[in-house]
Amino acid sequence: MTALLVLLGGAFGAPVRYLVDRALAARTGSLLPWGTFAVNTGGSLVLGTLAGGSTSLPGYVAPLLGVGFCGALTTYSTFGFETVRLIEDAAPGYALLNVAGNLAAGLAAGAVGYWAGVALVG
Amino acid sequence: MRGAVLVAVAAGGAVGSLARYGIAVALPHRADAIDWADAIDWADAIDWATVLVNTAGCVLIGALMVAVTEVWAVHRLVRPFLGIGVLGGFTTFSTTVMDTISLGRHGRGGLAAAYFGGTALAAVTSVMLGVTATRMITLRRRRR
Repeated sequence: MTALLVLLGGAFGAPVRYLVDRALAARTGSLLPWGTFAVNTGGSLVLGTLAGGSTSLPGYVAPLLGVGFCGALTTYSTFGFETVRLIEDAAPGYALLNVAGNLAAGLAAGAVGYWAGVALVG
Repeated sequence: MRGAVLVAVAAGGAVGSLARYGIAVALPHRADAIDWADAIDWADAIDWATVLVNTAGCVLIGALMVAVTEVWAVHRLVRPFLGIGVLGGFTTFSTTVMDTISLGRHGRGGLAAAYFGGTALAAVTSVMLGVTATRMITLRRRRR
């Protein structure tokens, strides 16, 4: 049952990541991969909120939305690949900015979400 | 046409997420079951399943991207299925963030920083490894 919830969440998280990436790539035209930044930050915010509020959530929420949806919405492989592509394109400054930006924003979003979740549960 | 890509990405995401969950079950994060008040070994506090999926997923995306952009002409759904779906769903950024916050909340700030920064460094190195190894392996084929 848990595996099925993870599978279902993953089947939604990955296409949402794809659509966000397409939408942002078309609108920004920047060297920086904003789509991956957006899903990694947004997914960290949602997972943080779920973790903070975990004590009052029904049992199916963590595998479905946490492990499945947020796990698949966010990505390390695309983040890593896009960073290496920036290095290969002779833009090491952008590569460093990409890593620092994803890590800083992801951590901040996760922490804000966590404390929001704790506060919501009360 | 876009519908087929979305279905391929969704199917891949389901497969990748399930594989990630399977590894998490096989390598349970022992910190979950640990009394943090006790002085615990740093190796017990690290979520090794997540380290494994993220580094392995990065080696594989490097190999895949070289294979489908520099070596072979593949069906247009292969990259959305394997790259965006399977490997994107297999690796996870949000879990590394929450692992890091958990370490910090339990007074392991130094270990949290090492885990978070170390994962990023390992990811970039792993992609380079996958890219370079695949280029070397396929060099003869491409020279023909």
